[in-house]
Amino acid sequence: MATNLLERYEDDLFLVKGAAGWSALAVLLFALATFPFTLPRLGLSYLLFIAILMAANVTVAVGLNLLVGYTGLISLGHAGFVAIGAYASGLLTARLGLPWPVAWAGAALISALFGFLVGLPALRLTGPYLTVATLGFGIAVYQVLTNWTELSGGRMGLPVPQLSLGLAGLSGTQQLYYVAVGTAVALTWIGYNLARSHIGRAFVAIRDSDIAAEVTGVNLTWYKTLSFALSAGYAGVAGAIVAQALRHLEPQAFTFLESITYFAMIVIGGLGTISGAVIGAALLTLLPHYLSGFKQWLPIIYGAVIILMMAIEPTGLYGRWVRVKRYFKAWPL
Amino acid sequence: MTRLLQYVVAGLTTGSLYALVALGIALLYRSSRVLNFAHGDLATFATFVAFTLLLGALPFGVAVGASLAAAALLGAAFFFFILRPAKESTLLGRIVITLGFALLLSGTMQLVWGSETQRFPFPLSDAPVLQFRGVVVSQMGLGTIVAGVVLMALMYVLVQRTRVGLAMRAVAQNAGAAQALGIPARRIYALTWGLASALGGAAGVLLAPAVYLDPYMMLDPFLKGFAGAVLGGMDSLPGAVLGGFLLGVAETVFAGFVSFKFKTTLAFGIILLVLLVRPEGLLGREYHRRV
Repeated sequence: MATNLLERYEDDLFLVKGAAGWSALAVLLFALATFPFTLPRLGLSYLLFIAILMAANVTVAVGLNLLVGYTGLISLGHAGFVAIGAYASGLLTARLGLPWPVAWAGAALISALFGFLVGLPALRLTGPYLTVATLGFGIAVYQVLTNWTELSGGRMGLPVPQLSLGLAGLSGTQQLYYVAVGTAVALTWIGYNLARSHIGRAFVAIRDSDIAAEVTGVNLTWYKTLSFALSAGYAGVAGAIVAQALRHLEPQAFTFLESITYFAMIVIGGLGTISGAVIGAALLTLLPHYLSGFKQWLPIIYGAVIILMMAIEPTGLYGRWVRVKRYFKAWPL
Repeated sequence: MTRLLQYVVAGLTTGSLYALVALGIALLYRSSRVLNFAHGDLATFATFVAFTLLLGALPFGVAVGASLAAAALLGAAFFFFILRPAKESTLLGRIVITLGFALLLSGTMQLVWGSETQRFPFPLSDAPVLQFRGVVVSQMGLGTIVAGVVLMALMYVLVQRTRVGLAMRAVAQNAGAAQALGIPARRIYALTWGLASALGGAAGVLLAPAVYLDPYMMLDPFLKGFAGAVLGGMDSLPGAVLGGFLLGVAETVFAGFVSFKFKTTLAFGIILLVLLVRPEGLLGREYHRRV
């Protein structure tokens, strides 16, 4: 079997390697681009809606993995950031009448600002302290939204006006699909590039040993808060997607269970890899739909799978896939 | 003034529950640096076991004793069979495992006992027993405080005055050195897990009559207990108890005079404030980390 020899370090850094990689990417992008037309023809239009939710979840998971998997700062309050993004985009379009790209950018910025604020104590906190602080943050956001009815619309909820690309030939769902999936793909691509840049390496250095990282010149203050702000910004964009998908916002959509689900996504997919986040998010969006008859079993399944993953395969499904690939590369050795 | 005193008394009742939870959290954190996310769910488990036994018409003392033993066994078993053998167990990994266990446990409880709320039978009632210048102490409030303080005192005697306690402290300080001196560190860890779970279970049983029993009953007290432990110092057992009581009083007074709706947000604010100003907590020792 012909192996491609890497001659320079840059060769190893390429995101897409070899003809196989490029063709897989092309097939994936082509499939994503044609889904809005092929799926309804197959009578699977509801999958389009699930794909939009999947785009939102992928965005959250990639951002969360930058924080948890790369920087090693656990957040159990990401539903809070998603909620902030959702309400920010909803309020900016509904109350101020801003066009949706501005509102989405605003959602990302506002969420990132909150991420920065939550990240400030992260400079002093490690491990469990931070985990509970973020958990408390998620719950606090939920409570504030529930109790502050002028902001969240109270029991009536907050209606979100539908976005439009101005393309007459497409239905609302199809337009949202393109926006959502396009955003998720772009942010995932940015995530890959962040992870292999000096920023990603600084994150990993902090995760492995923050004191050693600081001694070798990584500015902890800057990179820890940056990690939080980035991650929250991703969650904010995802919140904007969720707001458009639901069209009607209620605080109940952003509970502690959502935070746990986001966390389960990256643990199952693989901590510390962008591909892992994508795989985990895709899997945990589809799984509940096919297991809707076993709804009460979901926490048990998530819990058992998280324990199993950490006990047997801490690098997640993606780590297992890489191992299988390596095995066959060297086969039949 | 009477109103304030009344709130303080009510706060001490809640505070004794928070202190029990905080004590369990600090006990585990001190020995293994792991924050046990399943602490609240282990406590809820104990409460449900007690509930089932009480429905089976067992005497209250027996039912509660058995339920605490069940929680202790489950906690120790979790350490022995899941946490200890885990591969590549970094601190992050161990915390994630306890999180998974929390999900597994709460899901199982929902399946077994249902998610609708249940009323927990308790021998003490809301009837007032003490009255002092208009400040009323109910039977249940007094019972909760007394039970909490007795348990904490027992814990103190166990940790500070017995050989087992000495071994626990030795393992917490330096597991490797303790092991080299012949202390069975793994068994001590398992014991610590068992004790912490039983303490949480006691808090659950004491809380259950005040709120209704459901699988997510302990989530809020767990967070508050953690906030209390942070406030007092995660490294220090007296600190955790003090922090629990302080948080209980602060919360009740805040709810009474400022805002009832945002009383949970207060605990979060306190955690942030403590960590920004004095990260080691009120009674904790300043800790130094090495690479």
